[in-house]
Amino acid sequence: MSNDIKDIEERVKKIIVDMLGVQPEDVVPEASFVDDLGADSLDTVELVMALEEEFETDIPDEEAEKINTVKAAIDYITEHQN
Amino acid sequence: MKLDFTNKVVLVTGASRGIGKAIALAFKDLGAKVYGTATSQSGADGITEYLQGQGKGFVMNSLDSKTVEECYNAVVADAGTCPDVLVNNAGITRDTLFMRMKDEDFMAVMQCNLLACVQLCKLCVSPMMKKRAGRIINISSIVGQDGNAGQTNYAAAKAGLIGFSKSLAKEVGSRGITVNCVAPGFVATDMTAALNEEQLKAWTNTIPLKRAATPEDIANSVVFLASDMASYITGSTIDVNGGLHCN
Repeated sequence: MSNDIKDIEERVKKIIVDMLGVQPEDVVPEASFVDDLGADSLDTVELVMALEEEFETDIPDEEAEKINTVKAAIDYITEHQN
Repeated sequence: MKLDFTNKVVLVTGASRGIGKAIALAFKDLGAKVYGTATSQSGADGITEYLQGQGKGFVMNSLDSKTVEECYNAVVADAGTCPDVLVNNAGITRDTLFMRMKDEDFMAVMQCNLLACVQLCKLCVSPMMKKRAGRIINISSIVGQDGNAGQTNYAAAKAGLIGFSKSLAKEVGSRGITVNCVAPGFVATDMTAALNEEQLKAWTNTIPLKRAATPEDIANSVVFLASDMASYITGSTIDVNGGLHCN
């Protein structure tokens, strides 16, 4: 795994920990924001907004709807950096 | 608790005259930095003038969604932040009996009185969510609650604002944003000046408080809803109608 991907992972995880107030060890790739990390629908919207800000990107609504897990968030950002 | 809006940024649409001007002036007097919109450059200049350095007027045509976004961006650029308080006040009428109402008259009123407000709410809500604070006040109307012959378009838009505000209030309440409406009754403005004296008298006679509202009567309730005093009020509509319609 390259350093870039490692870096993205760390930043995404930090956002999730900060936004949802969860423990870092709970932020595992397969964790679902709503089912496992206690997010409500508004939290998931805010999470996407925070990702957009952190990575200076615009995530279209139809893509945002699919970002439901930690892995989905990391994958989306990894694929769309540069 | 004091009414004080020092360091607060307030955006009022339709602020060149009538209710919107009274609202903008009320916030100015309470220390806010006020941005007002008008449909023409001369209207915007007039706003800048009466704000006396405590804000600025911008051109926005609610019938054109592009200018709504441009205006919002210009306000944010000038203020350096998104508005703390959004007052959707701009409104138009295209009155006629429903049987004679053209589709474009119906849609113009919906666009200006409902959809442009919705658009501004959308632009303001994300930054307000980030700030965990925000006040949205939508100016509805007694006509949206009671109906009025000749104003099916206006009533639909103004009733729409109330339902919209209630729903948005429930969505964003947990993020410290309140969304409320003010529903004026009969207010003495340019919009109602079209009536002749006889019609005016007939109207005021039906009002329990026996007078039309002044624009300041409406502004008072808007300022209250935007203040810390109203921090537990959301999803509600304040009727300012002299008793003409009681919910």
